[in-house]
Amino acid sequence: MKKETAKTFRAFLIELVIYAVLVVGYFFLVLHFLGEWLYQLETRHRYTYGGVAILLIIGQAVVLEGVTTFLLRMLRGRSE
Amino acid sequence: MFFPISGAHISPIYLAIVGFLIGILGGFFGVGGSFIAGPALRAMGVDWNFAVGTDLAHIVGKSVVAAKRHRALGNVDLKLGLIMALGTIGGAEGGAQLIQMLKRAGNVNLVVSIVSIVIYCSISAFMLWEGVKTLQTQSKRTEAGRKALKKDESAFQHIAHAIHRLRLPPMISLPVSGVKAISLWVILAVAFVGGLFSGFLGGGAGYIRMPSMVYVLGIPTHLAVGTDLFEIIISASYGTFSHAIKGNVDILIALVMNTGAAVGAQIGAISTQYFAGPKIRLAFVPLPLIGAAIVIYTMMTGHKL
Repeated sequence: MKKETAKTFRAFLIELVIYAVLVVGYFFLVLHFLGEWLYQLETRHRYTYGGVAILLIIGQAVVLEGVTTFLLRMLRGRSE
Repeated sequence: MFFPISGAHISPIYLAIVGFLIGILGGFFGVGGSFIAGPALRAMGVDWNFAVGTDLAHIVGKSVVAAKRHRALGNVDLKLGLIMALGTIGGAEGGAQLIQMLKRAGNVNLVVSIVSIVIYCSISAFMLWEGVKTLQTQSKRTEAGRKALKKDESAFQHIAHAIHRLRLPPMISLPVSGVKAISLWVILAVAFVGGLFSGFLGGGAGYIRMPSMVYVLGIPTHLAVGTDLFEIIISASYGTFSHAIKGNVDILIALVMNTGAAVGAQIGAISTQYFAGPKIRLAFVPLPLIGAAIVIYTMMTGHKL
């Protein structure tokens, strides 16, 4: 049981490290490419901005959930 | 890092950590965590209007992740969630109108503060009492009786059963939640009250809705947590759009917070598997008290956290 917990914990830590690298890359990508466009949209077209904001946050959540689930499965699979 | 929409300078690491912590709470309890996110953004110099709107946007993302995980665990009743979303949106509009009325009367801060302290403390006291009572009843049972009773239970099940017997058409069934028949109006009323608090006190009001689903509608705790998260996706999306057109949402901050929340929400959702319903409800007790403490601090010092 303890061995199993240690394996899961190690897989989770590795996942966090990989995830952190991906997220840092993502910060630069989103803030660099979308930052200015979203700012202009928020200033000039509020209704479009509202719709885009919801699509972005839901889209990102679905992708991130997929990434974390994939990472966890892959790492658990390897550690077993 | 500079966020041009709200004009704030905030470390993305700070935002991801705050998102991670709120994600764990949301995944485990089915709450939005606005009582932490709002003050955490405010502490970094974000204006209150942006803190409230951005928090709602972040709640949408975090709830998508946690609800997907809960759905995989079989903890989401889609039919119940969709019905509740209708009631919540109506209630949120009602709560916002109440705020406008109080604003015109000139005593909005005092009334909202007192109401929120009373509500938060009452919920905590009630859930503590109910959770302890349920656990005591369970521990008095014989070992055979305990093994036979695998399903979630509460000391207030008789209230939920009485509400199920209320014949107020149209009656609907919720097979996923194990409810054979319940009046549609009761579900809408529970959701409306949750929405009213959401519009009146801000945030997703999961601290009202999750206990109401357990005690009033008789939904098992795990399903109440998952369904509440699914319902929050719809009602918080509506709130996000409403705030966005008023210029209160910095979506870039919400996106960065959500990177941490995506991991936290999954941990929280998976953790619910290892706890029985009454224990989840007992662990929930400190959350409304944190909200009450923040309001008391604000009232006493005049500074918002």
